[in-house]
This record gives sequence, C-alpha cells and structure tokens, in this order.
Amino acid sequence: MSDVASGVIAIISKKKRVEKPTVELSDRLEDLGLESLDAVEMIFDLEEKFDIEIPYNANTNSPRTEFDTVGDVVNAIEKLVAKKKS
Amino acid sequence: MTGVTRVVVTGLGAVTPLGHTAATYWANLKQGVSGIGPITSTATPEELSQKVAAEVKGFDPLKHFEERGLSTLDRVSQLAVVAAREAIAQAAIIFDMPLSLRTATIIGTGIGGQTTLDESFRRVYRENRSRVFPLTIPKLMANAPASQISMFCGLRGPAFVVASACASATHAIGLAFHMVRSGQVDCAITGGTEACITFGALRGWEAMRVMAPDACRPFSIDRKGLILGEGAAMLVLEPLERARARDAQILGEIVGFGMSADAADLTAPDLGGMARAMEGALTDGKLDAQDIQYVNAHGTGTAVNDLTETQALHRVFGAHAGKLAVSSTKSMVGHALGAAGALEMVAMLLAVRDGVVPPTIGYLGPDPACDLDYVPNKARAMTIGAAISNSFAFGGLNAVLAVKKFS
Repeated sequence: MSDVASGVIAIISKKKRVEKPTVELSDRLEDLGLESLDAVEMIFDLEEKFDIEIPYNANTNSPRTEFDTVGDVVNAIEKLVAKKKS
Repeated sequence: MTGVTRVVVTGLGAVTPLGHTAATYWANLKQGVSGIGPITSTATPEELSQKVAAEVKGFDPLKHFEERGLSTLDRVSQLAVVAAREAIAQAAIIFDMPLSLRTATIIGTGIGGQTTLDESFRRVYRENRSRVFPLTIPKLMANAPASQISMFCGLRGPAFVVASACASATHAIGLAFHMVRSGQVDCAITGGTEACITFGALRGWEAMRVMAPDACRPFSIDRKGLILGEGAAMLVLEPLERARARDAQILGEIVGFGMSADAADLTAPDLGGMARAMEGALTDGKLDAQDIQYVNAHGTGTAVNDLTETQALHRVFGAHAGKLAVSSTKSMVGHALGAAGALEMVAMLLAVRDGVVPPTIGYLGPDPACDLDYVPNKARAMTIGAAISNSFAFGGLNAVLAVKKFS
C-alpha cells in the first residue's frame, strides 16, 4: 500500500462513525457514516499531512457524490501530491 | 387594554456596508445595492483564499472619537457607539436622572474585539514582539461594546453583552424587549455589533469551507455559501405610554420574541429548532400565522441553511407559507454574525413602516427545494401588518422577533 493510501486510511479511520475494525480502499464513505463536519475536518487533516490544498466548498461539493469510496479519495490525493511535486 | 405594556421603537442607528446611517442603509437596501467587495481590512489580503467580504467601508473613527480615546476602543465598540448615538439622537431622548438608572444596555456580539486580538497575536507570534498594547484586555473583552455605550451615553441600568454567535443581536433585542415590557426598565438601548473581518478570523472561516467566492445568493439555485459581513445596528425601546407622553416619533412596535435550542448538531441547522423559535415568537406576540406577511429570513446563502429554513417556514405557516414574502438582506450586507439580527431588525422595522420589502439580490433562479417567494432581485411595495425576523446560530441557538405596524 502506498504512503498516501495508508495516510488516508489512518485519517478516515479516526473520523468514521461506525464500528469497523479496519478501513479498506473499497469501503464506501457513506457506509462509514462520515458527516459534513467530518469531511471538513478530514480535509484539513489530509491537507496538513500531505501539504496540499484541496479545493472544497461544503455548499457545492459533497464528499459522498464526488468520492464514493476510500480508494477514490486516495486517487484524488495522489493526483494533488503528484501535481505539487511537478 | 390594561396591564400589558406595549413596546415601541423610537430610535434607530446603523453602521453598515451600505452606509453609516440607518437612512442610507435602508435607501440602499431598497435599491438592491450589494455591499460586498474586495477585502481591504487586512494588511496581507493576497495571502487569503477568500477574496471578498461585506466591509463597512470608509469608516473614519476620528470623525466620531477623540484620538486619545481610541486607544481603548476596538472597531467593534466604535461601530456600536456610533450606531447607539444615532439611535439616541433620533429618539431625541435625554438620559438624565432617574431615567439613566432605569435604562438597559443589552448588546449582542458574536466574537467581541477580534481586531485587537488579531493585531496582538500578530505582534506576538508573527513579529516576535514581547509586548502588546497596555489596554489590550479591556479593549478586546466581549462585553466592551455594552460598557462603552453605557459610558459614552450615560446609561446606568442593567448592561451586558449577549453572545449566541449569529443570533446574538436577536437574543439581545428580545431580552431588552421583555425587560421593557415587564417594567424592569423604562428604556433600553439594544442591538448588535461585529467587526471580525480580520486575517485570523477569515482563516477560520476559510477552514469551515462554507464561504462563497463571489456573491451571497440566498435560496437561489447555484448558491455557494455565505459572505462574511460586519457592522452595528442599535434601537431605542420604550413603553408606548412613555413615548406618547414625550411626543416621540414611533417607528414600529415589537410584539413577540421566541427562542429555542436544537440540542443536536454543532453547525447543521435543525428544522425543529427553527420552527419552535418562530412559533414562540408568534405565541409571545399573540399572532396567528396568517397575520404575518413578511419574513426577514436568516438566509445565509449556504446550501443547508436555506433549505432547512424553507422547510421550517412550511411547517410553521402551512398553506400560508406560499403567501409570505421572504427575503434575505444578507444578500446585500453579508453575514454580520452577532450584529446580523440587529441589521435585519432595522430592515424589518423600516420595511413594515414604509410598506417596502427589501429584495434577495443575486438570485439566479429557483432551487426546486426552496419553493417560497423570496422577493428576487427587486424590492416590492406591499402593506405589511406584521413580520418576523429569524436568526439561527451555530451551536443550535435560535431566536426570532415579531413586529407589527404601529397604529
């Protein structure tokens, strides 16, 4: 598993609201019970951890529509990290 | 009718992004002018992602205060005192003895002296200075606006600040209204003040991810969130009999005040809490739902507030909801947090007095989930017998005021 994937999983694991011992890339965000404030806190943690800026407005973006699964979040972060390096 | 004290408004003052007096503010609201523009109040706006806010522009404190007195006055207190002086001047009331002892000063503010706090922290943490200005603490304390109004205007009765974030001013005005109605005081100066468009505060709002990049479009399709505002508005309240005895000009009558707490989510609005506060204001004012023609909405322009507020209006007003004119003046002056309820109270009182509903500007078209009449983009002339103004705060604290056309 990549550093980004394990980092994202660690952050999502802290915010999830369901009893589940491990978070998998295939887990759907909705099934983890993430709410809007959780998303905002999660984005902050991701930005801090990977030193990136994630464009997100709670009024027009919904983590549940743009990112279905944990893997979707990982892909998006990997792109932002790659963009930062280039 | 005997025994029930009627409470009337005899003075208004406002310092806003749309002008530094209640009259200019109201004239611009009726014209649908936007007070939103590029952020100028911080030294380093280029570092911010957020580019616009609704600032009180061109406010020169030296026009209102002596230079040496300004060292103890945060911007939040400056705006408050200027608005209070205007309201008192309009009411043409003299606070001599014993009225001074019987006059309350009840002021709402969400944050307090944010500018002083921000500047002090900048010195300490960014510039590595070891000292801050000597009167930093009494300048930034949250109760400073009430204290400063009481000192500048000579008001010696109950005085304090009410803090309930975006509902602060509405809670303050409601409390002052009940104090006058119950006979606890003979007069009240009440309203709200906020001045928190600072670098640090903007960083906090950016992190919430709820601000619109350009314009505040309450209830509209494609709305993108709130715009931060600032300002102050103040009212003079007194019993009708006292106002009549001194032949005062009566601008409107406050009849009801309702409050509730959601006891649910910290930031997500709650339909039940909103509805209970509106119902409380109607009950307190002995009003039926059908008596209301105008609602000055909380209408922040966030996706979830406007949707939930619409649903709450449906619940409270039933079939009558479709006949209400509902507008959000935040579309023009942004969200002034602890001052918002007072800015909106002034707008509502003058709307009722003049028979003009200020518009919801920036409205692009209907959102299917927001299906009421939001008075889009243009003011509307209509007779208003009674109206309510909604304030719903972070923390789930709700407050609603009801007014009647004075007759």
